Amino acid sequence: MDYISLFVKSIFVDNMIFAYFLGMCSYLAVSKNVKTANGLGIAVILVLLITLPVNYLLNKYVLQPGALSWVGESFADVNLSFLSYIVFIAVIAAIVQVVEMVVEKFLPTLYSSLGIYLPLIAVNCAILGGSLFMQQREFLNVGESAVYALGSGIGWYLAIVALAAIREKMAYSHVPKPLKGLGITFIVVGLMGVAFMSFMGISL
Amino acid sequence: MNENLKNTLLNPIFKGNPITVLVLGICSALAVTVQLKGALVMALSVIVVTGLSSFVISLLRNSIPNRVRIIVQLVVVAMMVILVDQFLRAYAYAIDKQLSVYIGLIITNCIVMGRIEAFALGNKPFASLLDGLANGAGYGLILVIVAFFRELLGSGTLLGFRVLPESYIPNNLVILPPMALILLGCIVWVQRAIQKDLQED
Repeated sequence: MDYISLFVKSIFVDNMIFAYFLGMCSYLAVSKNVKTANGLGIAVILVLLITLPVNYLLNKYVLQPGALSWVGESFADVNLSFLSYIVFIAVIAAIVQVVEMVVEKFLPTLYSSLGIYLPLIAVNCAILGGSLFMQQREFLNVGESAVYALGSGIGWYLAIVALAAIREKMAYSHVPKPLKGLGITFIVVGLMGVAFMSFMGISL
Repeated sequence: MNENLKNTLLNPIFKGNPITVLVLGICSALAVTVQLKGALVMALSVIVVTGLSSFVISLLRNSIPNRVRIIVQLVVVAMMVILVDQFLRAYAYAIDKQLSVYIGLIITNCIVMGRIEAFALGNKPFASLLDGLANGAGYGLILVIVAFFRELLGSGTLLGFRVLPESYIPNNLVILPPMALILLGCIVWVQRAIQKDLQED
């Protein structure tokens, strides 16, 4: 698949939030103002961009059926794919930890603006979801998985910043009482999703 | 059954529902609600995983060092999910294909981790098991309600059987992902209109 087409598709058409509902918990919890939404969005892009290629390599050379054939003839029909959940989640947790330490050491300003959100990403479904979708789609090489990671991350970022901006404005509007807070947020996200559907069918 | 256990069992299903009140676990909730069958299987899987992992963590709670507890929890949850996934692959392959990655995503479903952190780490195994099962059931209930409306209005069927007359034209909008969120918003609306103490100001 062409890189640009994959990139645009993963931002708009296969948007993590609107098409697959991935990372919803933090999406709803952290979208109350644009500043924190911005921080979390950047952290998600960063972590996706590192974990997906790593998980891709692990999947290709360790987990999928026949992947271990580079070790020797006798390993050629070993199928470890049932282990992929545990391996992926362990890799994600470890990488989040490492990214946190590196960012703290070399980019202290970014670190202080990300704050608590960086460690929380380990349990963000968008990351594990990205890895599992990547496994399912059978990308041809590491480049494709990195492009897919970047696109999905940017899509998630766009979605959370847009929602945060809308929620900031919504504070001044008259919402029916039972619908206030959570209810109206769900409906707004639904309507945003409908808007994003207009990108469907675009191919470059 | 004493009063306490009864509360543990009933509270999460309506009054403290994990999705509509605690806002946990929406991640994997909505994508599987196009058809009632998928939603039912997903609900059962989540009930099994939350119940069993709460139980196991509660058994281990005195021997897990505090600093590495998140990793231990993730490993236990991932193990349960692998069991469920392999079981589905063996006995319900078509549905497993349909649910695709969302079974795997139960691992990062915040309900599981949330209940382990909030309840299982400080309570006895049996109570934790009930708490896990009940929270899974509260989650499943919302899933099934959303799926009921989406399948009924979107294809005029329930569990694959035709319910609405042939002259009903399926509303394709309901099948699209955004409608799940709007339906969920409506469920929250109804619940908060009934339970006034949940309203936000």
